[in-house]
Amino acid sequence: MADKKIRVLVAKPGLDGHDRGAKVVARALRDAGMEVIYTGLRQTPEMIAEAALQEDVDVVGLSVLSGAHMALAPRIMELLRANGQTDVKVFIGGIIPDEDLSRLKEMGVAGVYGPGASTEDIIRDIKESFAG
Amino acid sequence: MTTTQEILNGNRLALAKLLTKIENNAPEGQSALIELFAHTGKAHLIGVTGAPGTGKSSLVNQLALHYRKTENKKIAILAVDPSSPFTGGAVLGDRVRMRDLSGDANVYIRSMATRGSLGGLAQSTANMTQAFDAAGFDIIIIETVGAGQSEVDIAKLAHTTLVVEAPGLGDDIQAIKAGILEIADILVVNKADRPGVENTEKALKAMLELAHPTERIFRHHGSTMRTVAPAQKASASLTWIPPIKRTVSTEGTGIAELVESIAKHAEHLRISGDWAVRDRTRLQVELEALIQSSLMNRFREDVSEKKYNEVLEKISQRNLSPYEAVKLLMNGRLK
Repeated sequence: MADKKIRVLVAKPGLDGHDRGAKVVARALRDAGMEVIYTGLRQTPEMIAEAALQEDVDVVGLSVLSGAHMALAPRIMELLRANGQTDVKVFIGGIIPDEDLSRLKEMGVAGVYGPGASTEDIIRDIKESFAG
Repeated sequence: MTTTQEILNGNRLALAKLLTKIENNAPEGQSALIELFAHTGKAHLIGVTGAPGTGKSSLVNQLALHYRKTENKKIAILAVDPSSPFTGGAVLGDRVRMRDLSGDANVYIRSMATRGSLGGLAQSTANMTQAFDAAGFDIIIIETVGAGQSEVDIAKLAHTTLVVEAPGLGDDIQAIKAGILEIADILVVNKADRPGVENTEKALKAMLELAHPTERIFRHHGSTMRTVAPAQKASASLTWIPPIKRTVSTEGTGIAELVESIAKHAEHLRISGDWAVRDRTRLQVELEALIQSSLMNRFREDVSEKKYNEVLEKISQRNLSPYEAVKLLMNGRLK
Protein backbone atom coordinates (compact mmCIF):
# COMPACT_ATOMS: atom_id res chain seq x y z
CA MET A 1 0.00 0.00 0.00
CA ALA A 2 2.35 2.70 -1.25
CA ASP A 3 1.41 6.23 -0.32
CA LYS A 4 3.54 8.59 -2.39
CA LYS A 5 3.23 12.35 -1.95
CA ILE A 6 5.00 15.14 -3.79
CA ARG A 7 7.40 16.73 -1.31
CA VAL A 8 8.36 20.34 -1.93
CA LEU A 9 10.97 22.49 -0.21
CA VAL A 10 9.93 26.15 -0.24
CA ALA A 11 12.93 28.30 0.52
CA LYS A 12 13.93 31.93 0.49
CA PRO A 13 17.59 32.30 -0.41
CA GLY A 14 19.39 35.59 -0.05
CA LEU A 15 18.72 38.66 1.97
CA ASP A 16 15.30 40.00 1.10
CA GLY A 17 12.81 39.63 3.93
CA HIS A 18 9.50 39.41 2.11
CA ASP A 19 8.07 35.94 2.48
CA ARG A 20 4.39 36.60 1.83
CA GLY A 21 4.69 35.17 -1.67
CA ALA A 22 6.52 32.07 -0.46
CA LYS A 23 3.85 31.50 2.20
CA VAL A 24 0.99 31.92 -0.29
CA VAL A 25 2.62 29.34 -2.57
CA ALA A 26 3.32 27.00 0.36
CA ARG A 27 -0.31 27.17 1.41
CA ALA A 28 -1.56 26.63 -2.16
CA LEU A 29 0.65 23.57 -2.62
CA ARG A 30 -0.57 22.21 0.70
CA ASP A 31 -4.16 22.62 -0.47
CA ALA A 32 -3.19 20.76 -3.63
CA GLY A 33 -2.25 17.79 -1.45
CA MET A 34 1.52 18.24 -1.45
CA GLU A 35 3.82 18.12 1.55
CA VAL A 36 5.60 21.44 1.83
CA ILE A 37 8.68 21.90 3.95
CA TYR A 38 9.10 25.57 4.69
CA THR A 39 12.57 26.76 5.65
CA GLY A 40 12.09 30.41 6.54
CA LEU A 41 14.02 33.50 5.55
CA ARG A 42 17.64 34.21 4.64
CA GLN A 43 18.83 30.79 3.65
CA THR A 44 22.19 30.26 2.02
CA PRO A 45 22.40 27.99 -1.04
CA GLU A 46 24.25 25.49 1.18
CA MET A 47 21.42 25.46 3.73
CA ILE A 48 18.84 24.94 1.00
CA ALA A 49 20.74 22.09 -0.65
CA GLU A 50 21.28 20.44 2.72
CA ALA A 51 17.59 20.69 3.62
CA ALA A 52 16.61 19.35 0.17
CA LEU A 53 18.88 16.36 0.75
CA GLN A 54 17.74 15.56 4.30
CA GLU A 55 14.10 15.89 3.33
CA ASP A 56 14.55 13.98 0.05
CA VAL A 57 12.24 16.42 -1.72
CA ASP A 58 11.01 16.09 -5.30
CA VAL A 59 10.80 19.84 -5.87
CA VAL A 60 12.69 22.90 -4.64
CA GLY A 61 10.73 26.16 -4.90
CA LEU A 62 12.81 29.31 -4.51
CA SER A 63 11.40 32.74 -3.82
CA VAL A 64 13.79 35.55 -4.76
CA LEU A 65 12.75 39.19 -4.74
CA SER A 66 16.19 40.72 -4.34
CA GLY A 67 17.40 40.43 -7.92
CA ALA A 68 20.13 37.99 -6.93
CA HIS A 69 18.54 35.02 -8.69
CA MET A 70 21.29 34.74 -11.32
CA ALA A 71 23.81 34.24 -8.52
CA LEU A 72 21.72 32.10 -6.20
CA ALA A 73 19.92 29.76 -8.59
CA PRO A 74 23.00 28.37 -10.37
CA ARG A 75 24.77 27.79 -7.05
CA ILE A 76 21.78 25.90 -5.64
CA MET A 77 21.44 23.80 -8.82
CA GLU A 78 25.13 22.98 -8.64
CA LEU A 79 24.93 21.91 -4.99
CA LEU A 80 21.84 19.76 -5.58
CA ARG A 81 23.65 17.94 -8.39
CA ALA A 82 26.83 17.58 -6.33
CA ASN A 83 24.75 15.91 -3.63
CA GLY A 84 23.40 13.43 -6.15
CA GLN A 85 19.90 14.92 -6.28
CA THR A 86 19.81 15.07 -10.06
CA ASP A 87 16.07 14.41 -10.33
CA VAL A 88 14.98 17.33 -8.17
CA LYS A 89 12.96 19.94 -10.10
CA VAL A 90 13.68 23.57 -9.32
CA PHE A 91 11.01 26.27 -9.65
CA ILE A 92 11.63 29.97 -9.05
CA GLY A 93 9.21 32.74 -8.18
CA GLY A 94 9.82 36.44 -7.62
CA ILE A 95 10.95 39.46 -9.55
CA ILE A 96 12.69 37.89 -12.55
CA PRO A 97 13.41 40.08 -15.61
CA ASP A 98 12.37 38.53 -18.94
CA GLU A 99 15.94 38.50 -20.26
CA ASP A 100 16.96 36.07 -17.51
CA LEU A 101 14.20 33.58 -18.31
CA SER A 102 15.97 31.71 -21.09
CA ARG A 103 19.22 31.50 -19.15
CA LEU A 104 17.45 30.07 -16.12
CA LYS A 105 15.67 27.53 -18.33
CA GLU A 106 19.02 26.57 -19.90
CA MET A 107 20.40 25.95 -16.44
CA GLY A 108 17.62 23.44 -15.93
CA VAL A 109 15.14 25.49 -13.92
CA ALA A 110 11.76 23.87 -14.51
CA GLY A 111 9.55 26.95 -14.14
CA VAL A 112 9.76 30.68 -13.45
CA TYR A 113 6.88 32.77 -12.06
CA GLY A 114 6.64 36.52 -11.76
CA PRO A 115 4.15 38.84 -10.11
CA GLY A 116 0.57 37.93 -10.98
CA ALA A 117 1.31 34.28 -11.68
CA SER A 118 -1.56 32.10 -10.53
CA THR A 119 -1.05 29.38 -7.97
CA GLU A 120 -3.09 27.05 -10.22
CA ASP A 121 -0.41 27.38 -12.90
CA ILE A 122 2.34 26.53 -10.43
CA ILE A 123 0.43 23.50 -9.12
CA ARG A 124 -0.35 22.30 -12.65
CA ASP A 125 3.29 22.68 -13.76
CA ILE A 126 4.60 20.80 -10.74
CA LYS A 127 2.11 17.98 -11.21
CA GLU A 128 2.83 17.80 -14.95
CA SER A 129 6.56 17.60 -14.33
CA PHE A 130 5.90 14.29 -12.55
CA ALA A 131 3.38 12.91 -15.01
CA GLY A 132 4.69 10.27 -17.44
CA MET B 1 27.18 -1.24 -2.80
CA THR B 2 23.84 -2.20 -1.29
CA THR B 3 21.55 0.33 0.36
CA THR B 4 22.22 -1.31 3.70
CA GLN B 5 25.98 -0.91 3.32
CA GLU B 6 25.59 2.71 2.22
CA ILE B 7 23.43 3.50 5.24
CA LEU B 8 25.86 1.83 7.63
CA ASN B 9 28.65 3.86 6.03
CA GLY B 10 26.78 7.08 6.72
CA ASN B 11 25.67 7.96 3.18
CA ARG B 12 23.15 10.75 3.68
CA LEU B 13 21.50 10.49 0.27
CA ALA B 14 20.90 6.76 0.75
CA LEU B 15 19.44 7.47 4.21
CA ALA B 16 17.22 10.25 2.81
CA LYS B 17 15.87 7.93 0.13
CA LEU B 18 15.33 5.07 2.57
CA LEU B 19 13.36 7.36 4.89
CA THR B 20 11.09 8.26 1.97
CA LYS B 21 10.57 4.60 1.11
CA ILE B 22 9.69 3.81 4.70
CA GLU B 23 7.30 6.74 4.82
CA ASN B 24 5.67 5.63 1.57
CA ASN B 25 5.38 2.10 2.88
CA ALA B 26 7.32 0.82 -0.14
CA PRO B 27 8.54 -2.81 -0.20
CA GLU B 28 12.19 -1.73 -0.70
CA GLY B 29 11.96 0.11 2.63
CA GLN B 30 10.85 -3.08 4.32
CA SER B 31 13.66 -5.20 2.92
CA ALA B 32 16.27 -2.62 3.94
CA LEU B 33 14.83 -2.51 7.46
CA ILE B 34 15.09 -6.27 7.72
CA GLU B 35 18.82 -6.04 7.02
CA LEU B 36 19.34 -3.00 9.22
CA PHE B 37 17.43 -4.29 12.24
CA ALA B 38 20.42 -6.08 13.76
CA HIS B 39 22.25 -2.73 13.87
CA THR B 40 19.53 -0.98 15.90
CA GLY B 41 18.96 -0.67 19.63
CA LYS B 42 21.86 1.65 20.42
CA ALA B 43 20.33 5.13 20.21
CA HIS B 44 18.67 7.08 23.00
CA LEU B 45 15.19 8.02 21.75
CA ILE B 46 13.87 11.27 23.17
CA GLY B 47 10.24 12.25 22.55
CA VAL B 48 9.25 15.90 22.72
CA THR B 49 5.56 16.67 22.76
CA GLY B 50 3.22 19.45 23.88
CA ALA B 51 0.51 21.80 22.67
CA PRO B 52 1.10 23.91 19.55
CA GLY B 53 3.03 27.08 20.30
CA THR B 54 4.76 25.90 23.46
CA GLY B 55 8.14 26.15 21.71
CA LYS B 56 8.94 22.52 21.01
CA SER B 57 10.92 23.15 17.83
CA SER B 58 13.02 25.89 19.42
CA LEU B 59 13.64 23.61 22.39
CA VAL B 60 14.72 20.75 20.14
CA ASN B 61 17.03 23.17 18.34
CA GLN B 62 18.65 24.13 21.65
CA LEU B 63 18.91 20.54 22.86
CA ALA B 64 20.65 19.49 19.67
CA LEU B 65 23.00 22.49 19.81
CA HIS B 66 23.87 21.64 23.39
CA TYR B 67 24.56 17.98 22.61
CA ARG B 68 26.74 18.98 19.66
CA LYS B 69 28.74 21.42 21.77
CA THR B 70 29.27 19.27 24.82
CA GLU B 71 29.16 15.62 23.81
CA ASN B 72 29.99 15.36 20.09
CA LYS B 73 27.09 13.02 19.51
CA LYS B 74 25.32 12.41 16.22
CA ILE B 75 21.80 13.78 16.43
CA ALA B 76 18.77 12.94 14.32
CA ILE B 77 15.57 14.94 14.60
CA LEU B 78 12.25 13.63 13.33
CA ALA B 79 9.74 16.49 13.34
CA VAL B 80 6.14 15.39 12.86
CA ASP B 81 3.49 17.92 11.82
CA PRO B 82 -0.16 17.29 10.93
CA SER B 83 -1.48 16.64 7.43
CA SER B 84 -4.68 18.34 6.35
CA PRO B 85 -7.55 15.90 6.85
CA PHE B 86 -9.24 17.43 3.79
CA THR B 87 -6.55 17.63 1.12
CA GLY B 88 -3.85 15.35 2.54
CA GLY B 89 -1.33 18.15 2.09
CA ALA B 90 0.84 19.62 4.83
CA VAL B 91 3.09 22.54 5.61
CA LEU B 92 6.02 21.34 7.69
CA GLY B 93 7.59 24.32 9.36
CA ASP B 94 9.74 22.98 12.17
CA ARG B 95 12.98 23.60 10.28
CA VAL B 96 12.35 27.34 10.53
CA ARG B 97 13.28 27.15 14.24
CA MET B 98 16.24 24.87 13.64
CA ARG B 99 18.37 26.96 11.33
CA ASP B 100 21.21 27.04 13.89
CA LEU B 101 21.78 23.36 13.15
CA SER B 102 22.40 23.64 9.43
CA GLY B 103 25.90 23.12 8.18
CA ASP B 104 26.60 20.45 10.81
CA ALA B 105 27.08 17.09 9.11
CA ASN B 106 26.36 15.29 12.40
CA VAL B 107 22.83 16.62 12.63
CA TYR B 108 20.08 15.26 10.42
CA ILE B 109 16.63 16.89 10.45
CA ARG B 110 13.72 15.19 8.77
CA SER B 111 10.18 16.58 8.62
CA MET B 112 7.26 14.20 8.42
CA ALA B 113 3.55 14.69 7.88
CA THR B 114 1.06 12.58 9.82
CA ARG B 115 -0.76 11.62 6.57
CA GLY B 116 -3.88 10.97 8.60
CA SER B 117 -3.10 7.29 9.04
CA LEU B 118 -4.48 5.79 12.21
CA GLY B 119 -1.90 3.59 13.87
CA GLY B 120 0.17 3.52 10.70
CA LEU B 121 1.82 6.76 11.68
CA ALA B 122 3.31 5.28 14.81
CA GLN B 123 4.55 2.38 12.70
CA SER B 124 6.34 4.49 10.10
CA THR B 125 7.76 6.74 12.80
CA ALA B 126 9.14 3.69 14.59
CA ASN B 127 10.66 2.42 11.36
CA MET B 128 12.23 5.78 10.59
CA THR B 129 13.86 5.90 14.02
CA GLN B 130 15.24 2.41 13.33
CA ALA B 131 16.83 3.69 10.14
CA PHE B 132 18.45 6.56 12.06
CA ASP B 133 19.55 4.16 14.79
CA ALA B 134 21.23 1.83 12.30
CA ALA B 135 22.85 4.81 10.55
CA GLY B 136 24.71 5.49 13.80
CA PHE B 137 22.84 8.41 15.30
CA ASP B 138 23.38 8.42 19.08
CA ILE B 139 20.38 10.56 19.98
CA ILE B 140 17.12 10.59 18.07
CA ILE B 141 14.67 13.34 18.97
CA ILE B 142 11.07 12.80 17.89
CA GLU B 143 8.99 15.98 17.99
CA THR B 144 5.20 15.73 17.80
CA VAL B 145 2.26 18.00 18.42
CA GLY B 146 0.56 16.63 21.51
CA ALA B 147 -2.99 16.75 20.31
CA GLY B 148 -4.24 13.21 20.06
CA GLN B 149 -3.84 9.53 20.66
CA SER B 150 -1.49 8.93 17.74
CA GLU B 151 0.92 11.45 19.23
CA VAL B 152 0.75 9.66 22.55
CA ASP B 153 1.64 6.46 20.68
CA ILE B 154 4.62 8.16 19.11
CA ALA B 155 5.78 9.42 22.48
CA LYS B 156 5.62 5.83 23.75
CA LEU B 157 8.34 5.02 21.25
CA ALA B 158 10.77 7.09 23.21
CA HIS B 159 12.97 6.10 26.12
CA THR B 160 12.55 9.57 27.57
CA THR B 161 9.51 11.73 26.91
CA LEU B 162 9.54 15.48 27.49
CA VAL B 163 6.18 17.20 27.74
CA VAL B 164 6.53 20.91 27.00
CA GLU B 165 4.21 23.43 28.62
CA ALA B 166 4.20 27.20 28.52
CA PRO B 167 2.72 29.81 30.88
CA GLY B 168 -0.78 31.00 30.17
CA LEU B 169 -2.11 27.95 28.38
CA GLY B 170 -4.51 26.59 30.97
CA ASP B 171 -5.27 26.27 34.64
CA ASP B 172 -4.70 23.45 37.10
CA ILE B 173 -7.72 21.54 35.81
CA GLN B 174 -5.95 21.17 32.47
CA ALA B 175 -3.01 19.74 34.36
CA ILE B 176 -4.99 16.93 35.98
CA LYS B 177 -6.84 15.93 32.83
CA ALA B 178 -5.76 12.57 31.52
CA GLY B 179 -3.60 12.56 28.47
CA ILE B 180 -0.22 13.75 27.53
CA LEU B 181 0.94 14.85 30.97
CA GLU B 182 0.77 11.22 32.09
CA ILE B 183 3.37 10.19 29.57
CA ALA B 184 5.91 12.75 30.74
CA ASP B 185 9.24 11.60 32.10
CA ILE B 186 10.33 15.22 32.32
CA LEU B 187 8.06 18.25 32.34
CA VAL B 188 9.43 21.37 30.71
CA VAL B 189 7.98 24.79 31.36
CA ASN B 190 9.26 26.66 28.35
CA LYS B 191 9.01 30.43 27.81
CA ALA B 192 9.81 30.69 31.51
CA ASP B 193 10.57 34.40 31.13
CA ARG B 194 6.86 35.02 30.67
CA PRO B 195 4.48 36.07 33.44
CA GLY B 196 2.52 33.21 34.99
CA VAL B 197 5.41 30.76 35.04
CA GLU B 198 4.99 30.19 38.81
CA ASN B 199 1.34 29.27 38.36
CA THR B 200 2.08 26.84 35.56
CA GLU B 201 4.82 25.22 37.59
CA LYS B 202 2.60 25.06 40.68
CA ALA B 203 -0.21 23.41 38.73
CA LEU B 204 2.18 20.79 37.33
CA LYS B 205 3.66 20.14 40.77
CA ALA B 206 0.21 19.68 42.27
CA MET B 207 -0.66 17.28 39.49
CA LEU B 208 2.45 15.22 40.19
CA GLU B 209 1.71 15.13 43.91
CA LEU B 210 -1.82 13.91 43.28
CA ALA B 211 -0.63 10.91 41.41
CA HIS B 212 2.77 10.62 39.91
CA PRO B 213 3.12 7.76 37.49
CA THR B 214 4.82 5.22 39.73
CA GLU B 215 3.55 2.44 37.54
CA ARG B 216 2.96 2.20 33.90
CA ILE B 217 -0.10 0.57 32.49
CA PHE B 218 0.01 -0.78 29.02
CA ARG B 219 -2.06 -3.12 26.95
CA HIS B 220 -0.87 -6.56 26.16
CA HIS B 221 -2.86 -8.89 23.91
CA GLY B 222 -5.88 -6.73 24.44
CA SER B 223 -5.83 -6.93 28.23
CA THR B 224 -4.66 -4.17 30.51
CA MET B 225 -1.46 -4.97 32.34
CA ARG B 226 0.48 -3.12 34.96
CA THR B 227 4.18 -2.95 35.31
CA VAL B 228 5.73 -3.23 38.78
CA ALA B 229 3.30 -1.97 41.40
CA PRO B 230 4.69 0.72 43.74
CA ALA B 231 4.71 -1.54 46.81
CA GLN B 232 6.78 -4.14 45.04
CA LYS B 233 9.50 -1.72 44.04
CA ALA B 234 12.78 -2.61 45.69
CA SER B 235 13.27 0.89 47.01
CA ALA B 236 11.80 4.32 46.62
CA SER B 237 14.93 5.46 44.85
CA LEU B 238 13.95 3.34 41.88
CA THR B 239 10.77 5.34 41.40
CA TRP B 240 11.17 8.10 38.87
CA ILE B 241 9.29 11.26 39.70
CA PRO B 242 9.17 13.56 36.69
CA PRO B 243 11.19 16.69 37.40
CA ILE B 244 9.89 20.07 36.27
CA LYS B 245 12.45 22.12 34.36
CA ARG B 246 12.20 25.77 33.38
CA THR B 247 13.64 26.82 30.04
CA VAL B 248 13.71 29.81 27.74
CA SER B 249 14.60 28.15 24.49
CA THR B 250 14.99 31.33 22.47
CA GLU B 251 17.90 32.23 24.76
CA GLY B 252 19.12 28.77 25.70
CA THR B 253 18.36 29.30 29.39
CA GLY B 254 17.92 26.09 31.39
CA ILE B 255 19.02 23.82 28.56
CA ALA B 256 22.11 22.48 30.35
CA GLU B 257 19.93 21.55 33.37
CA LEU B 258 17.39 19.89 31.10
CA VAL B 259 20.09 17.85 29.37
CA GLU B 260 21.31 16.79 32.81
CA SER B 261 17.79 15.58 33.69
CA ILE B 262 17.59 13.64 30.44
CA ALA B 263 20.90 11.95 31.25
CA LYS B 264 19.68 11.15 34.76
CA HIS B 265 16.53 9.62 33.34
CA ALA B 266 18.52 7.45 30.95
CA GLU B 267 20.65 6.32 33.89
CA HIS B 268 17.52 5.60 35.93
CA LEU B 269 16.13 3.50 33.07
CA ARG B 270 19.30 1.45 32.91
CA ILE B 271 19.63 0.94 36.67
CA SER B 272 15.97 0.08 37.24
CA GLY B 273 15.81 -2.17 34.21
CA ASP B 274 13.09 -0.02 32.65
CA TRP B 275 15.24 0.56 29.59
CA ALA B 276 14.86 -3.07 28.60
CA VAL B 277 11.18 -3.08 29.57
CA ARG B 278 10.44 -0.08 27.39
CA ASP B 279 12.48 -1.49 24.55
CA ARG B 280 10.58 -4.74 24.74
CA THR B 281 7.22 -3.00 24.99
CA ARG B 282 8.03 -0.89 21.96
CA LEU B 283 9.05 -3.89 19.91
CA GLN B 284 5.98 -5.75 21.07
CA VAL B 285 3.72 -2.92 19.93
CA GLU B 286 5.51 -2.98 16.61
CA LEU B 287 5.15 -6.73 16.30
CA GLU B 288 1.45 -6.64 17.08
CA ALA B 289 0.83 -3.85 14.61
CA LEU B 290 2.60 -5.86 11.93
CA ILE B 291 0.62 -8.99 12.80
CA GLN B 292 -2.58 -6.99 12.53
CA SER B 293 -1.75 -5.54 9.16
CA SER B 294 -0.55 -8.84 7.72
CA LEU B 295 -3.65 -10.65 9.01
CA MET B 296 -5.67 -7.94 7.34
CA ASN B 297 -3.76 -8.49 4.10
CA ARG B 298 -4.23 -12.25 4.30
CA PHE B 299 -7.92 -11.72 4.89
CA ARG B 300 -8.11 -9.53 1.77
CA GLU B 301 -6.40 -12.25 -0.23
CA ASP B 302 -8.82 -14.89 1.01
CA VAL B 303 -12.01 -12.96 0.58
CA SER B 304 -12.64 -11.45 -2.81
CA GLU B 305 -13.77 -7.89 -3.12
CA LYS B 306 -16.99 -9.15 -4.68
CA LYS B 307 -17.84 -11.38 -1.72
CA TYR B 308 -16.92 -8.63 0.66
CA ASN B 309 -19.24 -6.18 -1.08
CA GLU B 310 -22.05 -8.72 -1.13
CA VAL B 311 -21.78 -9.08 2.62
CA LEU B 312 -21.66 -5.33 3.04
CA GLU B 313 -24.80 -5.04 0.96
CA LYS B 314 -26.57 -7.65 3.13
CA ILE B 315 -25.60 -5.66 6.20
CA SER B 316 -26.92 -2.44 4.67
CA GLN B 317 -30.21 -4.24 3.90
CA ARG B 318 -30.37 -5.29 7.55
CA ASN B 319 -30.42 -8.93 6.44
CA LEU B 320 -27.24 -9.67 8.33
CA SER B 321 -25.70 -8.13 11.41
CA PRO B 322 -22.05 -7.08 11.35
CA TYR B 323 -21.29 -9.69 14.04
CA GLU B 324 -22.73 -12.53 11.96
CA ALA B 325 -20.93 -11.18 8.92
CA VAL B 326 -17.58 -11.35 10.70
CA LYS B 327 -18.23 -14.97 11.68
CA LEU B 328 -19.12 -15.86 8.10
CA LEU B 329 -16.13 -14.05 6.62
CA MET B 330 -13.57 -15.35 9.09
CA ASN B 331 -14.69 -18.95 8.83
CA GLY B 332 -14.65 -18.88 5.07
CA ARG B 333 -18.19 -20.22 5.09
CA LEU B 334 -19.40 -17.56 2.76
CA LYS B 335 -21.34 -18.64 -0.27
